[in-house]
Amino acid sequence: MAKTPRLLASAAALFLAVAAQAEPDLEAGAKLFSKCTSCHQIGSNTKKRVGPNLNELNGRIAGSIEDFPYSKSMTKAGQEGLIWTNETLDEFLADPKVYIPKTRMSYRGMKDPEDRLNLIAYLNTFSANMASHSAGDPHDLDPAILALVGDKEYGEYLSGDCKTCHQADGSAEGIPPITGWPVDDFVYVMHAYKNKDRNHPVMQMMAGRLSNEEIAALAAYFADLEE
Amino acid sequence: MTEFNRRLFLGTSTAAFGLLAAPAVMAAAHGKPRVVVIGGGAGGATAARYIAKDSDGAIDVTLVEPSRTYFSCFFSNLYLGGFKEMDDLGHTYGVLASKHGVNVVHDWAVDVDPDGKMVTLAGGSKLPYDKLILSPGIDFVDDAVEGWSVAEQNKMPHAYKAGSQTELLKAQIMAMPEGGTFAMVAPPNPFRCPPGPYERVSMVAHTLKANNPTAKIIIADPKEKFSKQGLFQEGWNKHYAGMIDWIGADFGGANVSVDADAMTVTIDGEETKVDVCNVIPAMKAGRIADMAGVTDGNWAPVNAIDMSSKANADIHVLGDSSQQGDMPKSGFSANSQAKVCANAVRGALTGSRVFPAKFSNTCWSLIDTDDGVKVGATYEATDEKIAQVDGFISSTGEDSATRKATYEESEGWYSGIVADMFS
Repeated sequence: MAKTPRLLASAAALFLAVAAQAEPDLEAGAKLFSKCTSCHQIGSNTKKRVGPNLNELNGRIAGSIEDFPYSKSMTKAGQEGLIWTNETLDEFLADPKVYIPKTRMSYRGMKDPEDRLNLIAYLNTFSANMASHSAGDPHDLDPAILALVGDKEYGEYLSGDCKTCHQADGSAEGIPPITGWPVDDFVYVMHAYKNKDRNHPVMQMMAGRLSNEEIAALAAYFADLEE
Repeated sequence: MTEFNRRLFLGTSTAAFGLLAAPAVMAAAHGKPRVVVIGGGAGGATAARYIAKDSDGAIDVTLVEPSRTYFSCFFSNLYLGGFKEMDDLGHTYGVLASKHGVNVVHDWAVDVDPDGKMVTLAGGSKLPYDKLILSPGIDFVDDAVEGWSVAEQNKMPHAYKAGSQTELLKAQIMAMPEGGTFAMVAPPNPFRCPPGPYERVSMVAHTLKANNPTAKIIIADPKEKFSKQGLFQEGWNKHYAGMIDWIGADFGGANVSVDADAMTVTIDGEETKVDVCNVIPAMKAGRIADMAGVTDGNWAPVNAIDMSSKANADIHVLGDSSQQGDMPKSGFSANSQAKVCANAVRGALTGSRVFPAKFSNTCWSLIDTDDGVKVGATYEATDEKIAQVDGFISSTGEDSATRKATYEESEGWYSGIVADMFS
């Protein structure tokens, strides 16, 4: 686990810098994805190809599709806590062989940050839990909300409500992990549920009763949680 | 000295208690403050774990639970349906001891002395406490169903405390003759797991459909309606058409007697010979709550703010045994209440920060393969009770992908709550 938070943090900074410049273009993302389709399928009725299917990719633990023959390094990255998020995908796609040495994915990388932003936004449209997060656009939120500094101790108490379903160690079995997310992402997603921009009845209800300060508190707590 | 301090503690209101910095007083009296938790289910295991984990050794936590392996009542219907193995439902207490320092005692608590603040175990040991947390689950009301008592539970299982009873019921279902009859006597409100009897009927129907498709299911129900009724009845028509006959109170479902030797069920005067009879009697708080003097009628009334008993500020009651207001009696509710209670107990004993009570619950039910539904709500503490704030329920007519996702989500929840209790 020691490695991941640092990667998340640096990637998040980079990603947010890009996100600030541009709105993602889903059509452009779909075109870019054509480079991937020889190995990866997405959408309904996917079959196993050379690469794993990319449905529900955002939030997935790296190397976690059962029976898929991942490289040892990809499996290991997942075991060490790597979760595919906007940020980690961005860094991986920029230079796969640097991010996951010895990955079997033979792709030289996508150098243009805007291309990566568009591609990830497109991929996210196939991740139910991330659909509205596709743009990763925390900047849509009132800056005052993003600027709130969360009370971690309060967040720890409030997290009791989350941990009935979301496991503290980041394991995901039917319910996405929420541990180790960048604070802005966490805040953005919770507000998207609160505002009913994201569709999930349990999460809309749970987020719906949280104040801005409480969401900030939870974000601060889960960002650094290592159990 | 100890006696003096206890009197002082008892005689001081909660508000003044904080101002007087009483935790220091308590520590001086007898070293570390002591919490005893009775019952190692969703309420008790969670409370013990959170108090021990979050107090970092500042509080001495003892968990009293007779069973060495806990079989969750939640998901036990899925065992009847063949979706889970019994082993999937079994969990042990080792990590609570090894990782969090909980003193796990496998014994029955047989008495509570609220004045001397002492719990007596069946083995004769005595456990003193500063705060006692009772989470004993349910017991059955005597003579609730005419002709049935616990002595008959092998002939007519309740299977409402998971484990051997659940296995027995499954074995009886599998041994039913071709075209035989499965009867259920459903309980009156309030009872553990409101959708539980109806999920059970769904799971029994699923098993019978595969093994004994001409078998019938009858349900004698003292209620006029039940949890997720629209969803269940839609599912029964879709998956098990013609198999299930629900007889509610309007049709005499409350007027029921059974004969365990003759294997008959009499509903509103009409006797039926059955092959399996699952009697789920009316319920009440686990008996230790009675002994602790915190019950009023069948249940133990509590203050919503911290789950403390209305009869005794140093005894908290969690989960099914508590009478708290709007929350259903469920594992999820007990787990949620335990965390509010743990925060309050820690605050009272060590001066740690106490935050406002927030509760939540979601109940998932499986109707057939990949056909999951759910109902849930959030709650807050008012002076009067735990009051519902918001809620949702699955819709009838949902597409199969939604239902499948709901089932998969329930499996994720199961892993989550078990980790929150035992890891």
